[in-house]
Amino acid sequence: MEERIALMRDDPAVDLTVDGNAVAGVLEAIFGGDPTAMPGQCGHCRTISLVGTMRAYTRGPGIVLRCPACAEVVVRIVRTPTATFVDASGAAYLALGSES
Amino acid sequence: MAGRALLGRLTGRGPVVGRVEPPVPPPPASRVGWQLATVTAVRDETPTVRSLTLGLPDWPGHRPGQHVDLRLTAEDGYSVERSYSIASEPERAGEIDITVERIPDGEVSPFLHEVVVVGDRLEVRGPIGGYFVWEAPLGGPLFLIGGGSGVVPLMAMVRHRARAGMAVPARLLLSSRGADEIIYRAELDELSAQGDGFQVVHTLTRQQPTGWTGYSRRIDEAMLAEVSEALGPNPRTYLCGPTALVESAANALVRLGLTPDRVRTERFGPSGT
Amino acid sequence: MSEERFVTRGFVGRRDHGAGDARSRTPPGQYLTRDFPVLSAGPTPRTPLDRWSFTIEGLVSKPVTWTWDQLQALPARDWVVDISCVTKWTHLDMRWRGVSVDTLLEAVELQPSAAFVIAFCDGGYTTNLPLADVLNNQAFVAWEYDGRALAPEHGGPARLVVPARYFWKSAKWIRGLRIVDRDDPGFWESLGYHNRGDQWLEERYSGD
Repeated sequence: MEERIALMRDDPAVDLTVDGNAVAGVLEAIFGGDPTAMPGQCGHCRTISLVGTMRAYTRGPGIVLRCPACAEVVVRIVRTPTATFVDASGAAYLALGSES
Repeated sequence: MAGRALLGRLTGRGPVVGRVEPPVPPPPASRVGWQLATVTAVRDETPTVRSLTLGLPDWPGHRPGQHVDLRLTAEDGYSVERSYSIASEPERAGEIDITVERIPDGEVSPFLHEVVVVGDRLEVRGPIGGYFVWEAPLGGPLFLIGGGSGVVPLMAMVRHRARAGMAVPARLLLSSRGADEIIYRAELDELSAQGDGFQVVHTLTRQQPTGWTGYSRRIDEAMLAEVSEALGPNPRTYLCGPTALVESAANALVRLGLTPDRVRTERFGPSGT
Repeated sequence: MSEERFVTRGFVGRRDHGAGDARSRTPPGQYLTRDFPVLSAGPTPRTPLDRWSFTIEGLVSKPVTWTWDQLQALPARDWVVDISCVTKWTHLDMRWRGVSVDTLLEAVELQPSAAFVIAFCDGGYTTNLPLADVLNNQAFVAWEYDGRALAPEHGGPARLVVPARYFWKSAKWIRGLRIVDRDDPGFWESLGYHNRGDQWLEERYSGD
């Protein structure tokens, strides 16, 4: 786990990664509420992080959210002209805000 | 959230005579829907950075730190989306400022700099983001750390703090490449001179003007410790800018003893996007 | 339900559809770039070369593994190919150096049921191709781009390149090929992207 995080630190391509804040609009359109301030649990290492702190890879065919602790995939999103595909199987859970 | 807006719009209707029907509500001001904003003002902040004021008919208000998504569509249907932090304070009703750095090879920023004029309309969605937010009731002390255009969401917080009359101790540590690239420089200097507990501290990483006595290097642990000394051991901290800056400063803050729950981060990707 | 989209005055986007010969080499819906955009689904893996290996396994009589030095010793050649990414950029005449997948497959004996290859990579990425799509010089494993060692953010030390398919099939950080008899949709193919990805037929999404 530590080695993985070390990879992200001295990686010139780490500059290209953003975090859950950058995809908040997309997540909100999918889930119907703002998830960035809400916790999600990684299905791999069981770390609970706020979605806004998950590392987001957005420059590619889709959006990939990874656990900030172990870098494993938590959520994948693909938007095609006719549908939005969501795979949250990498998450033990994602919590969404309730109507306040 | 859509339900709450709907409820708001049902008030103020008069009595209906005859067959009683529920009034037909207009579509709720959807937070996830796109609305048309009108550019009402344009201001150059630096040679490469410009702010746009967007008037929004259906704006539910925002919280300092949130952003909007902008969508641009060409005649043939090709469209791109970009996110921009809201620079203005929520106390300004019905309009927001966004601040855009012109990226030479960019697809969107040159358009926003060179083509858009007052009166143009742009599709906007938001406000978005509940994580990277500071509002007066959260209190302080407040430690804001920004690099380049990372200062934009922090500026909404600074402006809100001033409008709300909050005197909580606050520091903004702002990293810029050179003095003429400091965004909001005059306004920050003015706010620093108010004597209400807010100070801006600059570091200029590439070029310094003659006689410069301030910091002239990248943000590091020693700088963070010195700047935050007046704020006590565990200020509410917001860190925004290029990803590399955010990663390195966040690690330094943890080494200084700030607890992760008091530090909020927003990564903008590569410097110059 | 079609949505009438608001058109932004004066917005064209930065797109070059090419002129003349370049235009005819640009697949439908693509625009030309001279850049090499870095697109990623995750952090850049960093396997040291002395721990790196490439393996062909699965429906072969005996799996084969090459170390980095052994791979470099194989007969390599230069490739100049046009590359198209599903995110709509096309870059003409990209210059690579590497070894044909045909050469790699010569080292194994395929079982009769072999029908597909799954490329597997550091970081967990996979992509799937019919065996027929990687034979006859249609695919190669590259370790040089534009005369220099392939940079990590572009898939170095070695990546797969399949020029006749959208670039997501050109798996970065490849560590081997698994030969199978049943197709197994990879990372993007399993989430809305087309299983085959032929850019001339605009096979971007499943259902295209």
